[in-house]
Amino acid sequence: MEDLLVYAFKYQRAESVSAAAAALGADDAAKVLSGGMTLLPSMKHRLIAPNALIDLARLPELIGVREQADHWWVGAATRHQDVAAHAGLQQAIPGLAQLAGLIGDPQVRARGTLGGSLANNDPSADYPSAALALQAQIITDRRTIDADDFFLGMFATALQADEIITGVRFRTPQRCAYAKFKHPASGYAMAGVFVAQYAAAGAANGGWRVAVTGVANGVFRWHDAEQALAQGTTTPALQRDDVIDDVHAPAAYRTHLALQMLAQACQAF
Amino acid sequence: MKLNLTLNGTPRSADVPERTLLADLLRDTFGMTGTHVGCDTTQCGCCTVHVDGQAVKSCTMLAVQADGCTVTTIEGLGADGLHPVQQAFSQCHGLQCGFCTPGMVMASVDLLRRNPTPTADQIAEGLSGNLCRCTGYVNIIRAVQQASQTMQGDAP
Repeated sequence: MEDLLVYAFKYQRAESVSAAAAALGADDAAKVLSGGMTLLPSMKHRLIAPNALIDLARLPELIGVREQADHWWVGAATRHQDVAAHAGLQQAIPGLAQLAGLIGDPQVRARGTLGGSLANNDPSADYPSAALALQAQIITDRRTIDADDFFLGMFATALQADEIITGVRFRTPQRCAYAKFKHPASGYAMAGVFVAQYAAAGAANGGWRVAVTGVANGVFRWHDAEQALAQGTTTPALQRDDVIDDVHAPAAYRTHLALQMLAQACQAF
Repeated sequence: MKLNLTLNGTPRSADVPERTLLADLLRDTFGMTGTHVGCDTTQCGCCTVHVDGQAVKSCTMLAVQADGCTVTTIEGLGADGLHPVQQAFSQCHGLQCGFCTPGMVMASVDLLRRNPTPTADQIAEGLSGNLCRCTGYVNIIRAVQQASQTMQGDAP
């Protein structure tokens, strides 16, 4: 049996980000290829059938981890394993390096990328929780989008159809951690909680930011948890009407897992 | 589409449809059938090979993505006889049907490259991308521990 993808497509390696954006703009059935760890399985399952793939995974301007004054920049084509293994990032934003090391499995981490994860916005993906908790700025080929405005629900983001993420700025917190309950086969988050603390500066939530993934229709800020952390009280049970209820877990279990993962993340502090 | 790569130390070329997966290129074009296809969900890891020294799932890469890369399959592992990891799998009975084994071995070699002396938990985590339906993993973990000792120069 031949192991080819079912539908044919044209493949090209992008010479630059602007060339990639132009190619996307010229063909609304074209897609950008980065790590391919979601795109290719989706194509194998015939969920999508792009007529062209524009590979930008080798563009050097999209790769790297760099410290700036009050944040770290991570290139959109940076592989998960390289974020996880970065010594500077492990020190400065430990939860981010930890999260990257928990994505999928080692082979997937060798290929999957930050930009691909954010652009896809799978409700069970890990990176959206880091972006939301760490006040990320998503830098594209044409603008900068705050994380608070970026995630619009299941597989939906603020990106335009031909817009390309080039990198992400994560604001360096005072402390942070990530805890995740992994689905044993797929490795996706059944509940993933990212906790970060920034200087309070009069904020009602005491500078705490808690972002939850895997539990609902998309990543969200858990304001009750933020307030509880600020006041030193117990976080009440999660109350949402879009908690995922599926073959993997009923809603009540995911709600329970969210509290467990919050507690586990906070053990780091 | 034309592509060039180094396969098990030898420069090779191919001209294949863009939609060809790397696993298919290796198996059907180059006859390296030690790389197996065991699922369609990128979960089982039977297709694991090394691309530029890293363990990847060849069923979830396009052949054209490997253009210009160095690829090692299970056939290219032992330079002179069996690689220590292969030897350890044999000695520790780390396989039964053998279907997952090439992928397990390739993943284990990369694991030991990154962490030469892993604990049992680290081995289990490092092989989380590889599924086995036969063994229950116990002897696989023993095999990787033995390979680690051999490669560190301690007699098993």
